[in-house]
Amino acid sequence: MLIPHPLLGLRDAQEFTYLGDARLIDRPNGMAENAAEAFHDYVYLRDNPAGVHRELWFHEQGDRSWLIVTRDTTTHEILGAELARDVALTRRGALSEGGAQA
Amino acid sequence: MRFSGFRVIKEALTGHKGWKPLWRNPEPQASYDIVIVGGGGHGLATAYYLAKTFGKARIAVLEKGWLGSGNIGRNTTIIRSNYMLPGNEPFYEFSMKLWENLEQEFNFNAMVSQRGILNLLHTDAQRDAFRRRGNAMLLAGADAELLDQAGVRAMYPWLNFDNARFPIKGGLLQRRAGTARHDGVAWGYARGADERGVDLIQNCEVTGFRIENGRVRGVETSRGYIAAGKVGVAVAGSSGRVMEKAGMRLPIESHVLQAFVSEGLKPTIPGVITFGAGHFYVSQSDKGGLVFGGDIDGYNSYAQRGNIPVIEDVAEGGMALMPMIGRARLLRVWGGIMDMSMDGSPFIDRTPVEGLYLNAGWCYGGFKATPASGYSFAHLIATDTPHDTARAYRLDRFRRGYAIDEKGMGAQPNLH
Repeated sequence: MLIPHPLLGLRDAQEFTYLGDARLIDRPNGMAENAAEAFHDYVYLRDNPAGVHRELWFHEQGDRSWLIVTRDTTTHEILGAELARDVALTRRGALSEGGAQA
Repeated sequence: MRFSGFRVIKEALTGHKGWKPLWRNPEPQASYDIVIVGGGGHGLATAYYLAKTFGKARIAVLEKGWLGSGNIGRNTTIIRSNYMLPGNEPFYEFSMKLWENLEQEFNFNAMVSQRGILNLLHTDAQRDAFRRRGNAMLLAGADAELLDQAGVRAMYPWLNFDNARFPIKGGLLQRRAGTARHDGVAWGYARGADERGVDLIQNCEVTGFRIENGRVRGVETSRGYIAAGKVGVAVAGSSGRVMEKAGMRLPIESHVLQAFVSEGLKPTIPGVITFGAGHFYVSQSDKGGLVFGGDIDGYNSYAQRGNIPVIEDVAEGGMALMPMIGRARLLRVWGGIMDMSMDGSPFIDRTPVEGLYLNAGWCYGGFKATPASGYSFAHLIATDTPHDTARAYRLDRFRRGYAIDEKGMGAQPNLH
Protein backbone atom coordinates (compact mmCIF):
# COMPACT_ATOMS: atom_id res chain seq x y z
CA MET A 1 0.00 0.00 0.00
CA LEU A 2 1.17 3.51 -0.79
CA ILE A 3 0.10 6.34 1.51
CA PRO A 4 -0.18 9.83 -0.03
CA HIS A 5 1.64 11.82 2.66
CA PRO A 6 0.44 15.46 2.54
CA LEU A 7 4.03 16.78 2.75
CA LEU A 8 6.17 13.97 1.30
CA GLY A 9 4.03 12.50 -1.46
CA LEU A 10 3.48 8.78 -1.99
CA ARG A 11 5.23 6.74 0.73
CA ASP A 12 5.33 2.97 1.25
CA ALA A 13 3.03 1.89 4.09
CA GLN A 14 5.97 -0.10 5.48
CA GLU A 15 7.51 3.18 6.67
CA PHE A 16 4.51 3.65 8.99
CA THR A 17 3.33 2.12 12.24
CA TYR A 18 -0.40 1.47 12.52
CA LEU A 19 -2.35 2.54 15.60
CA GLY A 20 -6.02 2.17 14.65
CA ASP A 21 -9.33 4.03 14.52
CA ALA A 22 -8.87 7.81 14.15
CA ARG A 23 -11.39 8.35 16.94
CA LEU A 24 -8.44 7.69 19.28
CA ILE A 25 -7.56 11.40 18.91
CA ASP A 26 -10.84 12.25 20.67
CA ARG A 27 -9.57 11.60 24.17
CA PRO A 28 -12.38 11.86 26.75
CA ASN A 29 -12.34 14.43 29.52
CA GLY A 30 -10.71 12.76 32.51
CA MET A 31 -12.41 15.15 34.93
CA ALA A 32 -15.94 14.45 33.70
CA GLU A 33 -18.52 12.69 35.87
CA ASN A 34 -18.62 9.64 33.59
CA ALA A 35 -14.85 9.53 32.96
CA ALA A 36 -14.39 5.85 33.90
CA GLU A 37 -17.13 4.73 31.52
CA ALA A 38 -15.97 7.12 28.77
CA PHE A 39 -12.37 5.86 29.04
CA HIS A 40 -13.52 2.23 28.94
CA ASP A 41 -15.31 2.89 25.67
CA TYR A 42 -12.40 4.97 24.35
CA VAL A 43 -9.71 2.41 25.15
CA TYR A 44 -11.52 -0.87 24.47
CA LEU A 45 -14.44 -0.48 22.04
CA ARG A 46 -14.19 -0.03 18.27
CA ASP A 47 -16.62 0.58 15.39
CA ASN A 48 -14.59 -1.80 13.18
CA PRO A 49 -16.43 -1.02 9.92
CA ALA A 50 -16.26 -3.07 6.73
CA GLY A 51 -15.72 -0.28 4.22
CA VAL A 52 -14.37 3.25 4.64
CA HIS A 53 -12.27 3.55 7.79
CA ARG A 54 -10.40 6.60 9.13
CA GLU A 55 -7.29 5.47 10.97
CA LEU A 56 -4.06 6.72 12.57
CA TRP A 57 -0.71 5.89 10.96
CA PHE A 58 2.61 7.10 12.41
CA HIS A 59 5.40 7.87 9.93
CA GLU A 60 8.01 6.23 12.13
CA GLN A 61 10.63 5.66 9.43
CA GLY A 62 9.98 9.09 7.91
CA ASP A 63 9.15 12.53 9.27
CA ARG A 64 7.54 11.08 12.43
CA SER A 65 4.23 12.80 11.78
CA TRP A 66 0.88 11.26 12.64
CA LEU A 67 -1.49 10.90 9.68
CA ILE A 68 -5.18 10.22 9.47
CA VAL A 69 -5.53 7.88 6.51
CA THR A 70 -8.91 7.14 4.96
CA ARG A 71 -8.88 3.58 3.65
CA ASP A 72 -11.40 0.99 2.48
CA THR A 73 -11.02 -2.09 4.70
CA THR A 74 -12.67 -4.34 2.12
CA THR A 75 -10.27 -3.47 -0.74
CA HIS A 76 -7.25 -1.81 1.00
CA GLU A 77 -7.73 1.17 -1.37
CA ILE A 78 -6.39 4.36 0.22
CA LEU A 79 -8.76 7.26 -0.35
CA GLY A 80 -6.78 10.07 1.26
CA ALA A 81 -4.42 11.19 4.01
CA GLU A 82 -4.25 14.28 6.23
CA LEU A 83 -1.93 15.38 9.00
CA ALA A 84 -3.58 14.35 12.27
CA ARG A 85 -2.37 17.65 13.75
CA ASP A 86 -4.34 19.65 11.17
CA VAL A 87 -7.46 17.59 11.83
CA ALA A 88 -7.13 18.03 15.60
CA LEU A 89 -6.50 21.79 15.33
CA THR A 90 -9.40 22.30 12.92
CA ARG A 91 -11.64 20.38 15.28
CA ARG A 92 -10.49 22.39 18.28
CA GLY A 93 -11.12 25.60 16.30
CA ALA A 94 -14.63 24.43 15.42
CA LEU A 95 -15.29 23.50 19.05
CA SER A 96 -14.14 26.88 20.42
CA GLU A 97 -16.16 28.75 17.74
CA GLY A 98 -19.17 26.69 18.73
CA GLY A 99 -18.41 27.50 22.36
CA ALA A 100 -18.22 31.23 21.60
CA GLN A 101 -21.60 31.16 19.87
CA ALA A 102 -23.15 29.33 22.81
CA MET B 1 -24.66 -43.90 7.75
CA ARG B 2 -21.60 -44.89 9.77
CA PHE B 3 -18.08 -44.75 8.38
CA SER B 4 -15.77 -47.69 9.01
CA GLY B 5 -12.98 -49.63 7.35
CA PHE B 6 -15.49 -52.36 6.52
CA ARG B 7 -17.72 -49.79 4.84
CA VAL B 8 -14.87 -48.50 2.67
CA ILE B 9 -14.09 -52.05 1.46
CA LYS B 10 -17.76 -52.80 0.82
CA GLU B 11 -18.21 -49.61 -1.21
CA ALA B 12 -15.02 -50.30 -3.14
CA LEU B 13 -16.39 -53.70 -4.15
CA THR B 14 -19.82 -52.35 -5.12
CA GLY B 15 -18.76 -49.40 -7.25
CA HIS B 16 -19.07 -46.68 -4.57
CA LYS B 17 -22.80 -46.41 -5.20
CA GLY B 18 -23.79 -46.38 -1.53
CA TRP B 19 -22.26 -43.06 -0.43
CA LYS B 20 -24.81 -40.39 0.44
CA PRO B 21 -24.46 -36.62 0.88
CA LEU B 22 -23.23 -35.85 4.39
CA TRP B 23 -26.08 -33.47 5.20
CA ARG B 24 -29.46 -32.34 3.92
CA ASN B 25 -30.00 -28.92 2.40
CA PRO B 26 -33.27 -27.88 4.06
CA GLU B 27 -35.42 -24.81 3.49
CA PRO B 28 -35.52 -22.53 6.55
CA GLN B 29 -38.57 -22.97 8.79
CA ALA B 30 -40.50 -19.98 10.16
CA SER B 31 -39.18 -20.43 13.67
CA TYR B 32 -36.63 -22.33 15.75
CA ASP B 33 -35.85 -22.66 19.45
CA ILE B 34 -32.20 -21.86 18.82
CA VAL B 35 -30.58 -20.15 15.83
CA ILE B 36 -26.80 -20.19 15.46
CA VAL B 37 -25.45 -17.47 13.15
CA GLY B 38 -22.35 -18.66 11.33
CA GLY B 39 -21.77 -22.08 9.76
CA GLY B 40 -18.06 -22.29 10.43
CA GLY B 41 -16.22 -24.56 12.81
CA HIS B 42 -17.41 -22.93 16.01
CA GLY B 43 -21.03 -22.51 14.88
CA LEU B 44 -21.30 -26.10 13.63
CA ALA B 45 -19.63 -27.46 16.77
CA THR B 46 -22.07 -25.43 18.89
CA ALA B 47 -25.06 -26.87 17.04
CA TYR B 48 -23.60 -30.37 17.31
CA TYR B 49 -23.10 -30.23 21.09
CA LEU B 50 -26.47 -28.49 21.62
CA ALA B 51 -28.21 -31.38 19.89
CA LYS B 52 -26.05 -34.21 21.15
CA THR B 53 -24.86 -33.31 24.64
CA PHE B 54 -27.52 -30.87 25.77
CA GLY B 55 -30.47 -32.63 24.10
CA LYS B 56 -31.84 -29.52 22.40
CA ALA B 57 -34.11 -29.69 19.32
CA ARG B 58 -35.39 -27.23 16.70
CA ILE B 59 -31.95 -25.79 16.00
CA ALA B 60 -30.79 -24.03 12.83
CA VAL B 61 -27.37 -22.88 11.69
CA LEU B 62 -27.50 -19.92 9.28
CA GLU B 63 -24.50 -19.50 7.01
CA LYS B 64 -23.98 -16.58 4.62
CA GLY B 65 -21.96 -18.62 2.12
CA TRP B 66 -21.32 -22.35 2.21
CA LEU B 67 -20.48 -24.38 5.31
CA GLY B 68 -16.90 -23.94 6.44
CA SER B 69 -16.13 -21.16 3.95
CA GLY B 70 -14.52 -18.85 6.48
CA ASN B 71 -11.58 -19.34 8.79
CA ILE B 72 -12.18 -23.06 9.40
CA GLY B 73 -11.18 -23.49 5.74
CA ARG B 74 -8.32 -20.99 5.87
CA ASN B 75 -6.22 -21.76 8.93
CA THR B 76 -2.94 -23.65 9.30
CA THR B 77 -4.58 -26.59 11.15
CA ILE B 78 -2.58 -26.49 14.41
CA ILE B 79 -4.07 -27.83 17.63
CA ARG B 80 -2.33 -27.21 20.96
CA SER B 81 -2.88 -26.20 24.57
CA ASN B 82 0.33 -24.35 25.41
CA TYR B 83 -1.13 -21.24 27.01
CA MET B 84 -0.20 -19.90 30.41
CA LEU B 85 -2.86 -17.79 32.12
CA PRO B 86 -5.47 -19.38 34.40
CA GLY B 87 -8.32 -17.95 32.28
CA ASN B 88 -6.97 -19.61 29.14
CA GLU B 89 -5.03 -22.80 29.78
CA PRO B 90 -7.80 -24.98 31.31
CA PHE B 91 -10.05 -24.06 28.38
CA TYR B 92 -7.49 -24.97 25.72
CA GLU B 93 -6.59 -28.18 27.56
CA PHE B 94 -10.29 -29.07 27.62
CA SER B 95 -10.24 -28.49 23.86
CA MET B 96 -7.14 -30.68 23.48
CA LYS B 97 -8.90 -33.51 25.30
CA LEU B 98 -11.93 -33.15 23.02
CA TRP B 99 -9.60 -33.29 19.99
CA GLU B 100 -8.13 -36.55 21.25
CA ASN B 101 -11.52 -38.29 21.03
CA LEU B 102 -13.09 -36.22 18.28
CA GLU B 103 -13.04 -38.76 15.47
CA GLN B 104 -14.61 -41.50 17.60
CA GLU B 105 -17.05 -38.94 18.93
CA PHE B 106 -18.48 -37.89 15.57
CA ASN B 107 -17.43 -40.89 13.44
CA PHE B 108 -15.60 -38.85 10.85
CA ASN B 109 -11.96 -38.76 9.83
CA ALA B 110 -10.63 -35.37 10.95
CA MET B 111 -7.03 -36.61 10.60
CA VAL B 112 -6.14 -35.53 14.12
CA SER B 113 -2.39 -36.08 14.33
CA GLN B 114 -0.59 -35.52 17.65
CA ARG B 115 2.77 -34.85 16.10
CA GLY B 116 3.96 -32.35 18.72
CA ILE B 117 4.59 -28.63 18.69
CA LEU B 118 7.97 -27.13 19.51
CA ASN B 119 8.36 -23.45 20.50
CA LEU B 120 11.99 -22.46 19.98
CA LEU B 121 13.90 -20.36 22.52
CA HIS B 122 17.04 -18.30 22.05
CA THR B 123 17.94 -16.63 25.36
CA ASP B 124 18.13 -17.37 29.08
CA ALA B 125 15.21 -15.04 29.72
CA GLN B 126 13.11 -16.88 27.18
CA ARG B 127 14.04 -20.21 28.76
CA ASP B 128 12.80 -18.90 32.12
CA ALA B 129 9.56 -17.72 30.50
CA PHE B 130 9.04 -21.06 28.76
CA ARG B 131 9.78 -22.99 31.94
CA ARG B 132 7.12 -20.94 33.69
CA ARG B 133 4.68 -21.53 30.85
CA GLY B 134 5.43 -25.25 30.83
CA ASN B 135 4.79 -25.43 34.57
CA ALA B 136 1.49 -23.57 34.12
CA MET B 137 0.54 -26.11 31.45
CA LEU B 138 1.38 -29.04 33.73
CA LEU B 139 -0.69 -27.50 36.53
CA ALA B 140 -3.70 -27.38 34.18
CA GLY B 141 -3.28 -31.05 33.30
CA ALA B 142 -1.56 -30.54 29.95
CA ASP B 143 1.85 -31.94 28.98
CA ALA B 144 5.02 -29.92 28.49
CA GLU B 145 8.73 -30.64 28.19
CA LEU B 146 11.59 -28.18 28.19
CA LEU B 147 14.25 -29.26 25.69
CA ASP B 148 17.86 -28.14 25.67
CA GLN B 149 19.73 -27.53 22.45
CA ALA B 150 20.74 -31.20 22.14
CA GLY B 151 17.10 -32.19 22.53
CA VAL B 152 16.04 -29.89 19.70
CA ARG B 153 18.97 -31.05 17.57
CA ALA B 154 17.89 -34.67 17.98
CA MET B 155 14.43 -33.81 16.61
CA TYR B 156 15.36 -31.30 13.92
CA PRO B 157 19.07 -31.55 13.05
CA TRP B 158 18.67 -29.32 9.98
CA LEU B 159 17.53 -26.18 11.81
CA ASN B 160 19.88 -23.20 11.68
CA PHE B 161 21.19 -23.41 15.25
CA ASP B 162 23.88 -20.77 14.77
CA ASN B 163 21.82 -17.85 13.52
CA ALA B 164 23.73 -14.74 14.61
CA ARG B 165 20.68 -12.94 15.99
CA PHE B 166 18.58 -15.86 17.29
CA PRO B 167 20.76 -18.94 17.94
CA ILE B 168 18.56 -21.87 18.98
CA LYS B 169 19.20 -22.79 22.62
CA GLY B 170 16.27 -25.13 23.23
CA GLY B 171 12.52 -25.24 23.11
CA LEU B 172 9.23 -25.96 24.83
CA LEU B 173 7.69 -29.14 23.48
CA GLN B 174 4.07 -30.22 23.79
CA ARG B 175 3.92 -33.76 22.41
CA ARG B 176 0.12 -34.05 22.52
CA ALA B 177 -0.29 -31.02 20.27
CA GLY B 178 -0.33 -31.41 16.49
CA THR B 179 -2.55 -30.83 13.50
CA ALA B 180 -6.02 -31.76 12.24
CA ARG B 181 -7.69 -31.71 8.85
CA HIS B 182 -9.51 -28.37 9.13
CA ASP B 183 -12.27 -29.01 6.57
CA GLY B 184 -12.83 -32.49 8.01
CA VAL B 185 -13.55 -30.91 11.37
CA ALA B 186 -16.26 -28.68 9.88
CA TRP B 187 -17.73 -31.54 7.86
CA GLY B 188 -17.70 -33.94 10.81
CA TYR B 189 -19.55 -31.50 13.04
CA ALA B 190 -21.95 -30.55 10.22
CA ARG B 191 -22.79 -34.18 9.51
CA GLY B 192 -23.19 -34.97 13.21
CA ALA B 193 -25.48 -31.98 13.74
CA ASP B 194 -27.55 -32.76 10.64
CA GLU B 195 -28.01 -36.38 11.76
CA ARG B 196 -29.50 -35.08 14.99
CA GLY B 197 -32.03 -32.90 13.16
CA VAL B 198 -30.21 -29.55 13.05
CA ASP B 199 -31.14 -27.55 9.92
CA LEU B 200 -27.94 -26.33 8.24
CA ILE B 201 -29.10 -23.45 6.05
CA GLN B 202 -26.54 -22.19 3.57
CA ASN B 203 -26.59 -19.01 1.48
CA CYS B 204 -28.65 -17.36 4.19
CA GLU B 205 -27.15 -14.09 5.39
CA VAL B 206 -28.36 -12.52 8.60
CA THR B 207 -29.16 -8.90 7.77
CA GLY B 208 -30.57 -7.82 11.13
CA PHE B 209 -31.90 -8.81 14.53
CA ARG B 210 -35.48 -8.30 15.67
CA ILE B 211 -35.21 -7.08 19.24
CA GLU B 212 -38.29 -6.17 21.34
CA ASN B 213 -38.16 -4.86 24.92
CA GLY B 214 -34.52 -5.85 25.23
CA ARG B 215 -35.15 -9.42 24.12
CA VAL B 216 -34.20 -10.99 20.80
CA ARG B 217 -37.20 -12.38 18.88
CA GLY B 218 -35.54 -13.57 15.70
CA VAL B 219 -33.29 -12.68 12.81
CA GLU B 220 -33.91 -10.98 9.48
CA THR B 221 -32.14 -12.90 6.75
CA SER B 222 -31.66 -12.81 3.00
CA ARG B 223 -34.18 -15.68 2.94
CA GLY B 224 -36.80 -13.98 5.09
CA TYR B 225 -37.53 -13.54 8.78
CA ILE B 226 -36.76 -16.46 11.09
CA ALA B 227 -38.13 -16.36 14.64
CA ALA B 228 -35.91 -17.72 17.38
CA GLY B 229 -36.09 -18.29 21.12
CA LYS B 230 -32.33 -17.84 21.45
CA VAL B 231 -29.71 -16.63 19.00
CA GLY B 232 -26.01 -17.48 19.22
CA VAL B 233 -23.56 -15.56 17.04
CA ALA B 234 -20.30 -17.32 16.07
CA VAL B 235 -18.99 -15.36 13.09
CA ALA B 236 -15.39 -14.60 14.07
CA GLY B 237 -13.81 -12.22 11.59
CA SER B 238 -17.16 -10.53 11.02
CA SER B 239 -18.27 -10.20 14.65
CA GLY B 240 -18.03 -6.41 14.61
CA ARG B 241 -20.07 -6.15 11.45
CA VAL B 242 -22.82 -8.57 12.62
CA MET B 243 -23.15 -7.33 16.20
CA GLU B 244 -23.41 -3.75 14.94
CA LYS B 245 -26.83 -4.84 13.65
CA ALA B 246 -27.77 -5.54 17.27
CA GLY B 247 -26.52 -2.10 18.27
CA MET B 248 -23.31 -3.31 19.92
CA ARG B 249 -19.73 -2.06 19.68
CA LEU B 250 -17.19 -4.75 20.52
CA PRO B 251 -13.65 -4.77 21.95
CA ILE B 252 -12.54 -6.20 18.60
CA GLU B 253 -10.79 -5.08 15.42
CA SER B 254 -10.84 -7.21 12.26
CA HIS B 255 -7.38 -7.90 10.84
CA VAL B 256 -6.03 -9.99 7.97
CA LEU B 257 -3.67 -12.93 8.58
CA GLN B 258 -1.93 -14.64 5.69
CA ALA B 259 -0.99 -18.30 5.36
CA PHE B 260 1.25 -20.13 2.91
CA VAL B 261 1.70 -23.56 1.35
CA SER B 262 4.70 -24.77 -0.63
CA GLU B 263 4.75 -27.41 -3.32
CA GLY B 264 4.58 -31.01 -2.08
CA LEU B 265 7.88 -32.30 -0.71
CA LYS B 266 9.06 -35.58 0.75
CA PRO B 267 8.54 -35.97 4.52
CA THR B 268 10.84 -33.45 6.19
CA ILE B 269 9.13 -31.92 9.22
CA PRO B 270 7.52 -34.47 11.52
CA GLY B 271 5.90 -31.93 13.85
CA VAL B 272 5.06 -28.25 14.20
CA ILE B 273 7.86 -25.73 14.80
CA THR B 274 7.30 -22.16 15.93
CA PHE B 275 10.01 -19.54 15.70
CA GLY B 276 8.30 -16.71 17.56
CA ALA B 277 11.34 -14.45 17.57
CA GLY B 278 11.45 -14.61 13.76
CA HIS B 279 7.67 -14.36 13.31
CA PHE B 280 7.48 -17.74 11.58
CA TYR B 281 5.96 -21.17 12.17
CA VAL B 282 5.84 -24.24 9.96
CA SER B 283 4.50 -27.78 9.69
CA GLN B 284 4.16 -30.23 6.84
CA SER B 285 0.81 -31.46 5.60
CA ASP B 286 0.17 -35.13 4.87
CA LYS B 287 0.22 -34.22 1.16
CA GLY B 288 3.77 -32.93 1.63
CA GLY B 289 3.28 -29.18 1.36
CA LEU B 290 5.00 -27.02 3.93
CA VAL B 291 2.25 -25.07 5.70
CA PHE B 292 3.58 -21.90 7.26
CA GLY B 293 2.78 -18.39 8.37
CA GLY B 294 3.80 -15.45 10.49
CA ASP B 295 2.31 -12.21 11.74
CA ILE B 296 -0.95 -10.51 10.88
CA ASP B 297 -0.59 -7.65 8.40
CA GLY B 298 -1.38 -5.22 11.20
CA TYR B 299 -4.12 -2.94 9.85
CA ASN B 300 -7.91 -3.29 9.94
CA SER B 301 -9.08 -5.40 7.03
CA TYR B 302 -12.01 -7.42 5.76
CA ALA B 303 -10.34 -8.19 2.42
CA GLN B 304 -9.38 -11.88 3.00
CA ARG B 305 -6.07 -11.14 1.33
CA GLY B 306 -2.92 -9.45 2.54
CA ASN B 307 0.00 -7.51 1.11
CA ILE B 308 3.51 -8.27 -0.13
CA PRO B 309 5.59 -6.92 2.82
CA VAL B 310 4.28 -9.61 5.18
CA ILE B 311 5.00 -12.30 2.59
CA GLU B 312 8.56 -11.00 2.45
CA ASP B 313 8.77 -10.94 6.25
CA VAL B 314 7.52 -14.53 6.57
CA ALA B 315 9.93 -15.69 3.86
CA GLU B 316 12.82 -14.04 5.73
CA GLY B 317 11.77 -15.80 8.94
CA GLY B 318 11.69 -19.12 7.11
CA MET B 319 15.11 -18.59 5.59
CA ALA B 320 16.57 -17.66 8.98
CA LEU B 321 15.20 -20.80 10.63
CA MET B 322 15.65 -23.39 7.89
CA PRO B 323 17.68 -22.17 4.92
CA MET B 324 16.62 -25.22 2.87
CA ILE B 325 13.14 -23.70 2.57
CA GLY B 326 14.64 -21.39 -0.05
CA ARG B 327 14.63 -24.29 -2.49
CA ALA B 328 10.89 -24.88 -2.11
CA ARG B 329 8.48 -23.08 -4.38
CA LEU B 330 5.54 -21.26 -2.87
CA LEU B 331 2.31 -22.73 -4.16
CA ARG B 332 -0.42 -20.66 -2.55
CA VAL B 333 -0.88 -17.62 -0.32
CA TRP B 334 -4.22 -16.63 1.12
CA GLY B 335 -5.70 -14.48 3.86
CA GLY B 336 -8.38 -14.82 6.50
CA ILE B 337 -10.05 -12.24 8.72
CA MET B 338 -9.31 -12.40 12.44
CA ASP B 339 -11.34 -11.01 15.32
CA MET B 340 -8.40 -9.36 17.10
CA SER B 341 -9.57 -8.62 20.64
CA MET B 342 -8.18 -6.06 23.06
CA ASP B 343 -6.30 -8.62 25.18
CA GLY B 344 -5.75 -11.40 22.65
CA SER B 345 -8.34 -13.64 24.31
CA PRO B 346 -11.85 -14.62 23.15
CA PHE B 347 -15.40 -14.00 24.35
CA ILE B 348 -18.09 -16.60 25.08
CA ASP B 349 -20.80 -14.67 26.84
CA ARG B 350 -24.33 -13.37 27.04
CA THR B 351 -24.94 -9.89 25.62
CA PRO B 352 -27.02 -7.00 27.01
CA VAL B 353 -29.82 -8.27 24.72
CA GLU B 354 -31.68 -11.11 26.43
CA GLY B 355 -31.50 -14.35 24.45
CA LEU B 356 -28.60 -13.14 22.30
CA TYR B 357 -25.25 -14.84 22.89
CA LEU B 358 -21.83 -14.06 21.46
CA ASN B 359 -18.84 -16.26 20.62
CA ALA B 360 -16.07 -14.04 19.19
CA GLY B 361 -12.60 -12.57 19.49
CA TRP B 362 -10.54 -15.67 18.65
CA CYS B 363 -7.66 -13.65 17.19
CA TYR B 364 -5.55 -16.04 15.08
CA GLY B 365 -6.04 -18.99 17.46
CA GLY B 366 -9.60 -20.09 16.85
CA PHE B 367 -9.05 -23.40 15.09
CA LYS B 368 -7.53 -25.26 18.04
CA ALA B 369 -10.40 -24.00 20.19
CA THR B 370 -13.15 -25.32 17.90
CA PRO B 371 -14.33 -28.30 20.03
CA ALA B 372 -14.19 -26.51 23.40
CA SER B 373 -15.62 -23.32 21.93
CA GLY B 374 -18.59 -25.22 20.51
CA TYR B 375 -19.06 -27.18 23.72
CA SER B 376 -18.81 -24.12 25.98
CA PHE B 377 -21.05 -21.99 23.78
CA ALA B 378 -23.64 -24.78 23.67
CA HIS B 379 -23.37 -25.04 27.48
CA LEU B 380 -23.97 -21.30 27.82
CA ILE B 381 -26.93 -21.24 25.42
CA ALA B 382 -28.53 -24.38 26.86
CA THR B 383 -28.10 -23.66 30.57
CA ASP B 384 -27.53 -19.88 30.71
CA THR B 385 -24.43 -20.52 32.80
CA PRO B 386 -20.85 -20.49 31.48
CA HIS B 387 -18.89 -23.73 31.15
CA ASP B 388 -16.32 -24.04 33.94
CA THR B 389 -13.35 -23.59 31.63
CA ALA B 390 -14.84 -20.56 29.82
CA ARG B 391 -15.81 -18.46 32.83
CA ALA B 392 -13.15 -15.85 32.17
CA TYR B 393 -14.31 -15.08 28.62
CA ARG B 394 -16.70 -12.32 29.66
CA LEU B 395 -17.50 -9.33 27.48
CA ASP B 396 -17.29 -6.92 30.43
CA ARG B 397 -13.88 -8.09 31.65
CA PHE B 398 -12.13 -4.86 30.60
CA ARG B 399 -14.60 -2.77 32.57
CA ARG B 400 -13.95 -4.94 35.64
CA GLY B 401 -10.17 -5.05 35.16
CA TYR B 402 -9.91 -8.76 34.33
CA ALA B 403 -8.23 -8.72 30.92
CA ILE B 404 -6.60 -12.03 29.92
CA ASP B 405 -3.52 -10.61 28.24
CA GLU B 406 -1.36 -13.65 27.45
CA LYS B 407 1.33 -11.53 25.74
CA GLY B 408 1.09 -8.47 27.96
CA MET B 409 0.58 -6.11 25.03
CA GLY B 410 -2.30 -3.99 26.33
CA ALA B 411 -5.31 -2.80 24.35
CA GLN B 412 -3.54 -2.78 20.98
CA PRO B 413 -5.14 -5.56 18.89
CA ASN B 414 -2.50 -5.71 16.16
CA LEU B 415 0.20 -6.59 18.72
CA HIS B 416 -1.51 -9.69 20.14
